[in-house]
Amino acid sequence: MRAIFRAFKYSIIGILFGIIMTKSEAVSWYRIQEMFRFQSIFMYGIIGSAVVLGIIMVAIIKEYRLNDFYGRPIHLAEKDKRWKKYLIGGSIFGMGWALTGACPGPIFVLLGQGYTVMLITIAGALAGTTVYGLLRDWLPQ
Amino acid sequence: MISLLSKPWPWYVSGPAIAGIMAVLLFFGKSFGFSKNLSNICSMLGLGKQIPYFNFNWKKQLWNIWFLVGSIIGGYIAVHYLQSPDELKLSSATIADLQKLNIPFDGHLEPGAIFNWNYLHTGRGLFIFLGGGFLIGFGTRYAGGCTSGHAISGLSNLQLPSLIAVIGFFIGGLFTTHLLFPYIFK
Repeated sequence: MRAIFRAFKYSIIGILFGIIMTKSEAVSWYRIQEMFRFQSIFMYGIIGSAVVLGIIMVAIIKEYRLNDFYGRPIHLAEKDKRWKKYLIGGSIFGMGWALTGACPGPIFVLLGQGYTVMLITIAGALAGTTVYGLLRDWLPQ
Repeated sequence: MISLLSKPWPWYVSGPAIAGIMAVLLFFGKSFGFSKNLSNICSMLGLGKQIPYFNFNWKKQLWNIWFLVGSIIGGYIAVHYLQSPDELKLSSATIADLQKLNIPFDGHLEPGAIFNWNYLHTGRGLFIFLGGGFLIGFGTRYAGGCTSGHAISGLSNLQLPSLIAVIGFFIGGLFTTHLLFPYIFK
């Protein structure tokens, strides 16, 4: 019963995410092109306003040591302090983002919108993930 | 209400709404990071037996898989029940640039000329969708996060590594858009 409730709860949050990503137009291939060509404030406004609000929320969580719904302190992950993997990995992802106009979330949102060709992109992403898993120990981190 | 939601959302509504998703997940003790799901699926498929990277208890990430399932349903709902009657208001400079690459602007979210199965049969289409997907999977796992994990969650927590990752996103995106696209689409 708890498992069903949990599935329901996170599905609902996911549904909201899918709707927000669609209505924000952040899933749009055209909008991503506009962003990488610096021809509109649109995508920068979305990411910028999300981050500004996020910074305020995180600061409040830390300042007041807020607990989550279950009464545990809200934990915010610290990213480990290396830089090569972020720069190289980030650049590789950026290429895929420009090509498909989608990041991992939007790939699935677009599938739901009826762009079934995204199944190929999902297959590609899983292949890329698998290859990373195989090569991980040989890559500069 | 429905008609109001159906209109295109201005960025200053969408951005805070995305931050709201992060807040709700934090409230339930989870962290917002979508690309983790790519590893979760590989782990679910049993790849953990051969590849140590996928050898973790994916059941602890089941919530994220449900989030993914929800995002697919959300995309469906948004286009079937909250469809905007208006054309996408893309900047005229972008429309002109894409025209030069023979990519027509059709007013939809995605260019219909590219996002279809016939296009996939061209080498170009396969490169964009399969190759692009590969780069997304490899890159996000290598960088340990994507737009949600680094650009939203990481920057909100003032993480320098996330800023480096976001700079990387733009290095790759700008390189592809300005240097590769003229070759890919000509």
